[in-house]
Amino acid sequence: MHGTRINFGWGRVVVLTVLALAATVLPLPEPLEPFRPNFVALTVLWFCLLSPRLLGLSYAWIAGLALDGFAGVLLGQHALTLTVVAYVACKLRLQVRAFPPLQQSAVILALLWLNEFLLFWIDGIAGHAITDWRRWITVPVSAALWPLVTGLYARYAARR
Amino acid sequence: MSSHESDPRPLLLGGPALGLRLLVLAAMAAGLMVADHRDHHLAAIRDGIATLAYPVQWAISAPVQAFDAMRESFATKTRVEAANVRLASDNLVLRLKLMRYESLEQENRRLRAVRESSPRVVQRSLVAEILRVDLDPFRQRVLVNKGTRAGVFAGQAAIDAQGICGQVTRAGPLSAEIILITDPEHAIPVQVNRTGARSIALGTGRSGLLSLPYLPQNADVVVGDLLVSSGLGGVYPPGYPVAKVASVVRDPGQPLLAVEAEPLAGLDRDPEVLLVWFDNAIVEPEPETPAEPGLPAPPPAAVPAAADPGAAAPDPQPAEATAAPTAAPNGDTP
Repeated sequence: MHGTRINFGWGRVVVLTVLALAATVLPLPEPLEPFRPNFVALTVLWFCLLSPRLLGLSYAWIAGLALDGFAGVLLGQHALTLTVVAYVACKLRLQVRAFPPLQQSAVILALLWLNEFLLFWIDGIAGHAITDWRRWITVPVSAALWPLVTGLYARYAARR
Repeated sequence: MSSHESDPRPLLLGGPALGLRLLVLAAMAAGLMVADHRDHHLAAIRDGIATLAYPVQWAISAPVQAFDAMRESFATKTRVEAANVRLASDNLVLRLKLMRYESLEQENRRLRAVRESSPRVVQRSLVAEILRVDLDPFRQRVLVNKGTRAGVFAGQAAIDAQGICGQVTRAGPLSAEIILITDPEHAIPVQVNRTGARSIALGTGRSGLLSLPYLPQNADVVVGDLLVSSGLGGVYPPGYPVAKVASVVRDPGQPLLAVEAEPLAGLDRDPEVLLVWFDNAIVEPEPETPAEPGLPAPPPAAVPAAADPGAAAPDPQPAEATAAPTAAPNGDTP
């Protein structure tokens, strides 16, 4: 993501978002389900860190709402958490973009953890908390995928 | 959009604009959540998103389903023959049962007529295919390909050939979400078939396990007991198999038994479920407005309805007349 020239039309934004949503509901064998990376959050973070002027908080909000509708959970919960995470990412983006990959992944880890924690909180307030520890597995898994995601997205963005 | 370098806007984001946008968006999200959680006013938005999502969900599900179908059609001859033999013998057994069933049904109808109670049997059913998409790994929910256009409604019971699967939590125009009986938020009023003792089976979040935490120490429950739906609460038709008791732990230090049961329905294997319509009018006109059957959509409806002592009073099951005296205190005592 260093110095990539962004060549993103809305068509590509929609394609990436739909792919991320689809990957979120793609059937996996049951034991693997907790390991599913949070693709929507990764996509939102990527846009926020790379081109927040193109897609920032509003995008995070809409993607979150779509995720709520897709997964059939309380409407607005992912919209809220992703907006907050996108805000922090937008604030930190100049520092984060200068970080080496490993350090970048660490920041992503923290942001994803914030996202998951807010979701955990909202679940609790709404009265159906999931206290299963496996819900946190997705955070390190997603953060570990960050270099791969940035690589893929940057290639997709650079393509004419 | 592509040339950021010529963008006149400031390079450093932030300031009041970003914070303000965060506040506005967060407030909107919070408003949505409250509206969705409290009043279920957002049916139109949900339906819209569900309709938009359906093609994508279908597109994900279709290849998996096609693969399954292909594997099925390439099954070896020996497997098909074995399956055929098994089905033929099953058929024989079922025919024998059916012979008895018909005479029992006649007898039941006569007895019902004597009691002037309505039979509450399933009147109509609809086959709905389960879409192969994962909604939330920690909740036991599935999506099916029939919605309000096919007459599906929230609170409708879903069963399969082996037993009760769950109920519809949300019905969109083209698809519906079903909460399985193993979901941690689900509770189903059940009855031990052998003794008639009633209790509530809660989902655990693991497919293949239900827990019955409300049976007292002196309850007559043994491993292998069949649990059937009691029909209290009006969501599920009474008398359908739900689970088999898998373990009973009698800890003298505890006031209640720790009973676990395995659901009979093939919750994680079913390619399709039956959505059923039945006459869920409760016989005696008792004052039970909170337990209005079928209508309240949220899944926890089954819990208050079952826990409501008022709902427990009208006993729709003549079979319970044979309940052991010890079963009396076993009724809903959560």
